[in-house]
Amino acid sequence: MLSNNTHTFEAVVIGVSTGGVSALKIILGELSAEFPLPVMIVSHISPDSDDGLALLLNNHSALRVKEADEQEELAAGTAYLSPANYHLMIEQNRTLSLSVDPPVNYARPSVDVLFETAADVFGPTLIGIVLTGAGSDGSQGLLKIKNCGGLTIVQDPADAEMDSMPLSALQLLKADYVEPLNKIASLLTILAG
Amino acid sequence: MNNSALIDLEIKFLLEGVYQVYGYDFKNYSEASLRRRLLHWLSSSDFDTLSQAQSQLLRDRDLFETLLQGITVTVSEMFRDASFFKAIREQVVPYLKTYPFVKIWHAGCATGEEAYSMAILLLEEGMQGRFRIYATDINEAVIRSAQEGIYPLKDLQNFTRNYQRSGGSGSFSDYYTARYDYAILSPSLRENIVFAAHNLTADAAFGEMNLILCRNVMIYFKTALKDQVLELFDSSLVAGGFLCVGTKESLDNRKISGRYEELTPRAQIYRKRYA
Ligand SMILES: C[S@@+](CC[C@H](N)C(=O)[O-])C[C@H]1O[C@@H](n2cnc3c(N)ncnc32)[C@H](O)[C@@H]1O
Repeated sequence: MLSNNTHTFEAVVIGVSTGGVSALKIILGELSAEFPLPVMIVSHISPDSDDGLALLLNNHSALRVKEADEQEELAAGTAYLSPANYHLMIEQNRTLSLSVDPPVNYARPSVDVLFETAADVFGPTLIGIVLTGAGSDGSQGLLKIKNCGGLTIVQDPADAEMDSMPLSALQLLKADYVEPLNKIASLLTILAG
Repeated sequence: MNNSALIDLEIKFLLEGVYQVYGYDFKNYSEASLRRRLLHWLSSSDFDTLSQAQSQLLRDRDLFETLLQGITVTVSEMFRDASFFKAIREQVVPYLKTYPFVKIWHAGCATGEEAYSMAILLLEEGMQGRFRIYATDINEAVIRSAQEGIYPLKDLQNFTRNYQRSGGSGSFSDYYTARYDYAILSPSLRENIVFAAHNLTADAAFGEMNLILCRNVMIYFKTALKDQVLELFDSSLVAGGFLCVGTKESLDNRKISGRYEELTPRAQIYRKRYA
C-alpha cells in the first residue's frame, strides 16, 4: 500500500473536534521539525477562542504551529490551525484563505470545507485525516479526498475519545488506514518520505 | 481534462459572461469560496453543469439575481468581535468627538447589523445629531433587508452578549421590540443611517469620510483587488481618519500601508497619516 505514490504527497489536512487538544498534542508532538509537508488543521473551537490552542501546540511540537493568516503561503514543517469563527480554505495558488460563510455541519470552522477545497487543489497528493470528535463533520470531505485520489486515514474509533466522527467517516468510505493516535505520526513520516 | 479542471474552466467562462452582461466583476474574487458557493447554487438549481446554466443566466436577470444571492456571503452579527467595538468606543470615539460632525462608511454592510451597532455606540457616547452612517453593499436585496432592521429573535441572545462585552453602557433590550419570532430595532436608530447599493469593484469613491469600516469583505478578494479597493478607501478618507478591517485581516504588505499607522495592535484599526 505504501508503494508508488509514497514520495508524491504535498500536504496533510486534519479534522478533529471533541478530544482535539490531546489528540493534536500527540500527533504534532511526534512529528519532527524536518517533516516535509505543510499540515492544515480544523479543530472545532468556540467562536471567541483566541490563538491559545496554536500557542499551546507550538510548545508541544518540533513543527512550527500557528493560526492561519489569510493569504498565507504554505510552508513545509508548519502546521496551520483555523482561527475561531472562520472557515479555512486553500486556493489554487496554494495560499490559505479564510471565510465567514455560514457554518457547515453546524461548525465554523468546518472540516468538510477545508477538506473539499484542499482536495480541489491537491487531488492525489493530499493526505486527509479524521480524528476524534462528536458529529459527522469531515466525512463528506474525506470522501471527496478519496474520490480525487488522495490518501485517507481515520483514527481507530476504539481509540478515539469520541468515536462519532471516525465512525461516520468509515460508514461513508473505506479508509486507506484506520489507526490509533500513537501510530499516526510515524505513518505520516513514512508516507511523506 | 478532469472534472475539477472542467469546473474551473466553466467558472471562468461564467464570470466573464456575468461581467460582460451585468457589469459585476467577480473575476478577482478568491476561488475557493466562490467555487463552493457557485456549486452550491448549481446543486439547488435545475441545471446539471454551470455551462448549461450559463445560457439562461446571461439572458434572464431574475435567474442571475438568484446567483448573485448565492455568491455573496451576507452573514453578519451585531457587535461582532466585541473587543473591536470596545476599541472603537475607547480609542476612536475620543478623536471623532473633536469634530463637529463625522461621516462613517460601512462598506459591505450585509444585513446592516454592524451599522446599527455603530449607531448605538455613538448615541451612547453622546454624539446624537453629530454623525451620519453610510452603509453600502453590492447586494441590493440585503440592503433592503438592512433597511428594515428586523432580525430573528434567536440571534438576539448573541447580539446582547456581544453588546455587553463591547462595553455597552445601556440595556440592549431598550434598542428593540420583540414581536413573534423577530426583534425590530428601534426606528430612531435608522435616522442616522443611509443605506445604499455600492459596488466596491466598480463604483466611485465616497468623499470625506472620517471612519471607514470594511470587515470580512476583502477576505474574499485576491491581492490585486484588495489593493484596488484599499485605494478607493484611501481616497475617500480624510487625513487623520480611521480605516478598520476584520479581525483576521491587516494592511501588512498592502500598497497603502505606508500611509497608515496601526492604532492598537490586533484591533485592526488604522489611522491615515497627515501627509
Ligand atoms: C460577510 S459580509 C460582511 C458583513 C459585515 N461587514 C461583518 O463583518 O459582519 C460580506 C459582504 O460584502 C458584500 N460584498 C461582496 N462583494 C462586494 C463588492 N464588490 N462591493 C460591495 N460589497 C460587496 C457582500 O454582499 C456581503 O454582504
